[in-house]
Amino acid sequence: MISTKDIANQFKEGIITKNPVLVQLLGMCPTLAVTTSATNAIGMGIAATCVLICSNVFISLLRKLIPNQVRIAAYIVIIAGFVSAVELLIKAYFPALDKSLGLFIPLIVVNCIILARAEAFASKNPVLPSAIDGLTMGLGFTLALLAIGSIREILGSGSIFGIQLFGDSFRPIMFFILPAGAFMTLGFVIAIVQFACGKAEQKELNKPIPVPAVKAEVEEVTEEPAEEETVMEDSEIATQSDESEVQA
Amino acid sequence: MNQNTTIEGGSGLPPLLTVSPSPHIKGTDSTRGIMLDVVIALLPPLVFACYIFGMRALTVTLVSVAACLLSEGLFNLILKRHQSIGDLSAVVTGMLLAYNLPVSVPLWMPVLGALFAIVVVKGLFGGIGKNVVNPALAARVFLFMSFPDLMSRYVPPGSAIGAFESVSDADILAGATPLAQLKQGTMPDIPLMDLIIGSCPGTIGEVSSLLLIAGFIYLMVRKVITWHIPIAYVGSVALICYLLPSSSAFIPHEFMLSQIFSGGLLLAAIFMATDYVTSPITRTGRIIFGIGCGIITVFIRYFGGYNEGASFAILIMNLLVRYIDNFTKPVKFGGLKKQA
Repeated sequence: MISTKDIANQFKEGIITKNPVLVQLLGMCPTLAVTTSATNAIGMGIAATCVLICSNVFISLLRKLIPNQVRIAAYIVIIAGFVSAVELLIKAYFPALDKSLGLFIPLIVVNCIILARAEAFASKNPVLPSAIDGLTMGLGFTLALLAIGSIREILGSGSIFGIQLFGDSFRPIMFFILPAGAFMTLGFVIAIVQFACGKAEQKELNKPIPVPAVKAEVEEVTEEPAEEETVMEDSEIATQSDESEVQA
Repeated sequence: MNQNTTIEGGSGLPPLLTVSPSPHIKGTDSTRGIMLDVVIALLPPLVFACYIFGMRALTVTLVSVAACLLSEGLFNLILKRHQSIGDLSAVVTGMLLAYNLPVSVPLWMPVLGALFAIVVVKGLFGGIGKNVVNPALAARVFLFMSFPDLMSRYVPPGSAIGAFESVSDADILAGATPLAQLKQGTMPDIPLMDLIIGSCPGTIGEVSSLLLIAGFIYLMVRKVITWHIPIAYVGSVALICYLLPSSSAFIPHEFMLSQIFSGGLLLAAIFMATDYVTSPITRTGRIIFGIGCGIITVFIRYFGGYNEGASFAILIMNLLVRYIDNFTKPVKFGGLKKQA
């Protein structure tokens, strides 16, 4: 079954190394449009995460039944069903959030993160990993939205989650509430994340490689089979390409 | 022949032959010299603004210049880049930014604008020569979108505000500015002569049309800029305003002249559209650039949400410079013209 290491890896991928917004640059429309405040960002993130988990589970369950030719249409129908449910729930229990998110809740149907995970992950994996994938990707989406939404709300209205942070003398920089500010904040957040990832990668590379406790003479001997292997691979590739040419 | 090449400056003489790639004859122009010329051309409007609005105009400009220099210096220091304070480009950015602000702004605004101009618009794109849009203009638009109320608090001419005096609401001009009146479909209250001399409300640097034109002539004589962009820009604005006034109630030539001499059109056309980094290289390209700026400016002045369109027009055209340059690339001597 699925090991804890795999789960940890999925979380790392969803939140940082394969973050749907900040690394894969998917779902730009809700990212730019609804991040005017931290509350909106969290609401959007949670709604999308719920849809993502449910649709991943169902698509994973049905992955052997859905014919390949009509899979996109089938995925969209499943996603749309869950979006309708989430939309009705938000309308019933969080009318204020429904008002501020407006059209962007129904638009979750065409959110490319959800379709991308259905296509790239849920349609090829069993139910449990798919559910975890939905959760981690949704978390990554929510956290990215929360970061952008918080920055924009603090700078653009001087508040966070609707609580005023500064005194009356503070003049909010309205630029950050406007669409231009959304693009700029997104750019900065992506740049910071890329910078941090690059640093981490550099650190990984600079790590001293653990030296195997064998004598130098033995090492020389072990190098030879490795060379042979590469030669083997080359010849394999060569034969493969020959075959394909023949087929063509 | 061989003898010549073997002669070296063995006895302290300079070598007779220098082997280097072309160009062999270099001009003496430097970024610093060009920027110094621009600063000189920009000084008279500042003196005039001090006379007509009070010494606070000087304070705002100095704060803006100091903030630009400081952000440039610190940015280069932190990112371990080549220190570029000495080329004076930050001084020009600071002056232009201040010239785009009304004299009543609180002093933190030029500081914020300078940070945006130098760090976001210039530094992050790679420093001088690599910015996509004009830093001072981008900062002005940033401030205008962020604080629309503070950016349109104009004082009437002759206010004489002290260097460190803050501007109270009582000093603020209550009536509409000339551009706002033109937008509403009436001629400005201020006579045309006052608009030309600069005895009218406006930002620090834009009011005195005469001194701006003097700066244009100085820069032309010093060969810092060519005539193409400013003339094409102002000319196209004039032509459109003359042929198609926004309302048939206007007398065309009066309408045209008050459109040209009110607002920031001349400041933008002479000093900001001609920025080397963000304007086309070829002459044809510059004329296309100027006409584009003119059309967009008039369009925003007639139909847009803002009274002044010059800054948006130049920013939009800045983004198109790359394509204009590609389009107007000259054909190499002996090269084939592109097949139709």
